[in-house]
Amino acid sequence: MDRVFHGLADATRRDIVEQVLSREQSVSTLARRYDMSFAAVQKHVAVLERARLVTKQRRGREQIVRGNPDVLRRAVHLLDAYERIWRDRARAIDDILAEDIDTERTAQ
Amino acid sequence: MTVISTHKDPEALTMTFVAEFAAPVERVWQVWQDPRQLERWWGPPTWPATFERHEFTVGGASAYHMSGPEGEKYRGWWRVTALDAPTHLEFDDGFADDDGNPNPSMPATHIVVTLAPADSGTRMTSVTRFPTLAALEQLAGMGMEEGMRLAMGQIDDILTA
Repeated sequence: MDRVFHGLADATRRDIVEQVLSREQSVSTLARRYDMSFAAVQKHVAVLERARLVTKQRRGREQIVRGNPDVLRRAVHLLDAYERIWRDRARAIDDILAEDIDTERTAQ
Repeated sequence: MTVISTHKDPEALTMTFVAEFAAPVERVWQVWQDPRQLERWWGPPTWPATFERHEFTVGGASAYHMSGPEGEKYRGWWRVTALDAPTHLEFDDGFADDDGNPNPSMPATHIVVTLAPADSGTRMTSVTRFPTLAALEQLAGMGMEEGMRLAMGQIDDILTA
């Protein structure tokens, strides 16, 4: 889990995650997509594997990379908690701003 | 107040919150600038905040604590990293130890706030960025614990009614 952010810090790695979430792909297909060496893509995939964002499976001569939607879903679920915090904050700010209007009315 | 949109990006680990307020930009800026107004809305409803220090300038530090319903106290800090009054604010927000020093075992978040004029008054956009999923997990865990307490409190209210 600690490694997720590191796993996604690189733009190529983020793109790899998006690609393999929609459909599984071989390391060599990914290497063609990014115009990179097989070894370079393999390194990116290894970082993503350690972060549990993708899984890799050998199929014949190919290595197939697949996305792990559970980890990303977990992140969305946790971000929901922060949305609630900001909804509460916006309501409280609104209460403070509403007092201005009350004060103006009293002054009239 | 109207919540215009919220957006969660699980890959970038950001939560974007957009709301509009029926007040001019300069007035909404004050709720950030004035510690007496800030402390009325920064903490969750049952965890009011008290700002002991609030240096609202680039490089400035703030120190605050939030008081829980059972007398618990969480200390927090801000470090302002960018500020352009009255439209732009960026700061780091983290937990502090009892002496007010940043607690290295607790993650900090980075928050970017933008205020812009809108038909209704002011559009406020805040983007909260988490350094790692583990950090988000740790912080949201504290928030969820709070949610549980709230729910338990409500059950107590019903039982004693």
